[in-house]
Amino acid sequence: MHVSRDFSHYVRTAGEGVQHIDLAVEGVHCAGCMAKIERGLSAIPDVTLARVNLTDRRVALEWKAGTLDPARFIDRLEELGYKAYPYETESAEATEVAESRFLLRCLGVAAFATMNVMMLSIPVWSGNVSDMLPEQRDFFHWLSALIALPAAAYAGQPFFRSAWRALSARTTNMDVPISIGVCLALGMSVVETINHAEHAYFDAAIMLLTFLLVGRVLDQNMRRRTRAVAGNLAALKAETAAKFVGPGEISQVPVAAIHPGDIVLLRPGERCAVDGTVIEGRSEIDQSLITGETLYVTAGQGTPVYAGSMNISGTLRVRVSAASEGTLLAEITRLLDNALQARSRYMRLADRASRLYAPVVHATALVTILGWVIAGAGWHDAIVTGVAVLIITCPCALGLAIPTVQTVASGAMFKAGVLLNSGDAIERLAEADHVVFDKTGTLTLPDLEVMNAADIAADIFELAGRLALSSHHPVAAAVAQASDAGSPIVGAVEEAGQGVRAVVDGIEIRLGRPSFCGAETLVSDVTNLDPEASVVAFSKGSEKFILSVRQGLRPDAQAVIAALKARNIGIEILSGDREPAVIAAAHALGIPEWRAGVTPADKIARIEVLKARGMKVLMVGDGMNDAPSLAAAHVSMSPISAAHLSQATADLVFLGRPLAPVVAAIDASRKALHVMRQNLWLAIGYNVLAVPVAISGVVTPLIAAAAMSGSSILVMLNSLRARSASREIV
Amino acid sequence: MEILVILVPLALMLGLAGLVAFLWSLRSGQYDDLDGAAWRAIADDEPPQEAPAKR
Repeated sequence: MHVSRDFSHYVRTAGEGVQHIDLAVEGVHCAGCMAKIERGLSAIPDVTLARVNLTDRRVALEWKAGTLDPARFIDRLEELGYKAYPYETESAEATEVAESRFLLRCLGVAAFATMNVMMLSIPVWSGNVSDMLPEQRDFFHWLSALIALPAAAYAGQPFFRSAWRALSARTTNMDVPISIGVCLALGMSVVETINHAEHAYFDAAIMLLTFLLVGRVLDQNMRRRTRAVAGNLAALKAETAAKFVGPGEISQVPVAAIHPGDIVLLRPGERCAVDGTVIEGRSEIDQSLITGETLYVTAGQGTPVYAGSMNISGTLRVRVSAASEGTLLAEITRLLDNALQARSRYMRLADRASRLYAPVVHATALVTILGWVIAGAGWHDAIVTGVAVLIITCPCALGLAIPTVQTVASGAMFKAGVLLNSGDAIERLAEADHVVFDKTGTLTLPDLEVMNAADIAADIFELAGRLALSSHHPVAAAVAQASDAGSPIVGAVEEAGQGVRAVVDGIEIRLGRPSFCGAETLVSDVTNLDPEASVVAFSKGSEKFILSVRQGLRPDAQAVIAALKARNIGIEILSGDREPAVIAAAHALGIPEWRAGVTPADKIARIEVLKARGMKVLMVGDGMNDAPSLAAAHVSMSPISAAHLSQATADLVFLGRPLAPVVAAIDASRKALHVMRQNLWLAIGYNVLAVPVAISGVVTPLIAAAAMSGSSILVMLNSLRARSASREIV
Repeated sequence: MEILVILVPLALMLGLAGLVAFLWSLRSGQYDDLDGAAWRAIADDEPPQEAPAKR
């Protein structure tokens, strides 16, 4: 059967006769990789552009239209030692990129204006105490207005828009006092300039915008980096399917190019990427990603299969049904939507701070104005003092207090193997006091392990591993990996649904079902010991061996559970798997609380019960059946091996085999929350000092500028302390 | 003080030139890959190519 790869879905035209494709590349870390890839790809004739983006871990390629097949680039990268997958920009990521460019442009404009207005302000400040002519001062003020007003109108857009959105929804956020402060400061300065006054606050207003934009840009960059990694993950998971394009011809196409009614081929060891019904073939399928159940399901003609199930033994032909028609998925999606709505009710620390902050500041300004009027000052002077209070309390440091810590902490977590999906996850994770684990794929590793390898002679085990290389069966793959076998045995024959056999040195060896190897009598010993394991037999002539294969616990699971207990965090297991399997895991890890055979709706119900008791639940899970409960929990984590839907729902995603990132993330976020609170107190403390000065009416623009930049720098420096979080975790 | 007539516009022009340069660098994608740019500066020069590929 002829198999071709079709990437035309990902290729776009980039100008006259040039085609463009983006590839997500695994394992690009340094300048060396970058140079190697760019040179290797540029060496292909007719390639006009090969450029690596180290931040996003992607390669952009352009070539003369019609001369090259994109599959060739992937093969070339494979030769160079990198795995690459075509990458399609999601619209969400494109918006994010546009947004971050806009913010950077605003920051550029605001910084330019700040520097130039400062250049004009300093002569005024020194001139006010020496011999500057009033005409010269007015000239400088008018020039400042000329720069600051258009610059603020442009660079203030992100704040004005967000404040307007909040006000029209009849709520308030941090941007409301910012917008009011900036507008009043600019308006008052113009009036003062017309009246030939000594002080104008153009510099303070535009400097405030600059500092706040720094915070926004940092925040945006963090989100953009996370989204790029998440986008690559989606591409690396290679959502492709083998579609029949002719009676005997199949083509490997992206899932996006598959339509209902198409027929796809599902080979043993492949994960199904579509929903559909089996029309031909018999096999066993593993639906653990969808239901949590580790026992295989027999599939024959008419059996529905869902995206995410793994085909185990036979080849299946599947007719694709509409993506969302599967009742199971539809149910999960419905639960997910409800849970996500509940999630959005969480109020972020910054918003809580601003809800307190805005009324207090505005009331203080109002009281100042009235106070001065009652004390006998003119309306003009009283209003100028009131506006000065608003300027000096403008939440410059408050605006930086949280994004700077988030940026630093997410960098530290990134190094510990944890990716953040949402910015406020740090705050929520720091509050977690109860962890709910899923079992399959979360506490256990997603791939199978040979449990009794030590009981078998090394040379026999290696022979079994070499034989296993000839089979596609996942159990065989586990045996091959455990034995580190390198070279497959020549002439091995696979008998579908039975096993593999070969002849070595005149002796027949077999690997497969116990009946295939004539080892039924040995089976009961092993299954009595470990009811959860799958059993595979190996025979060499008349010698028979039994291998027990199962999903092993993550290597450090026990230590992580102990570390969580030491931190006074409650732990329980909620699994869709059968009771004996869950008991075994709970017992091995010393977790007293567990529930087995739980449906997605039951998981949510249990989490709601815990929530009602006032617990902040961290849900760690990977299966499709976990997605709704991940969304329902206060905060959630998924391993990188998780189903797509779960990964998109989880707040944090952790990489690699160990479970330690869970503890590392909790520690880092607790530290980060501590620093955030400290920053907020620093900002408030500064206000407590500065406000009396402002109320007394002696604030000059010089004092305002110095106080503003001083507090901002203090907060930024303090944020850097969130970096030093990597203590020994377990 | 007549010198201000020259110096102030001159200062503003310099500032504007900086802003224009920043906006140009942003538009030409120089901020898209900050990690990579840091390394490119110290990377070896590429060996001369036989066919100069321009786009």
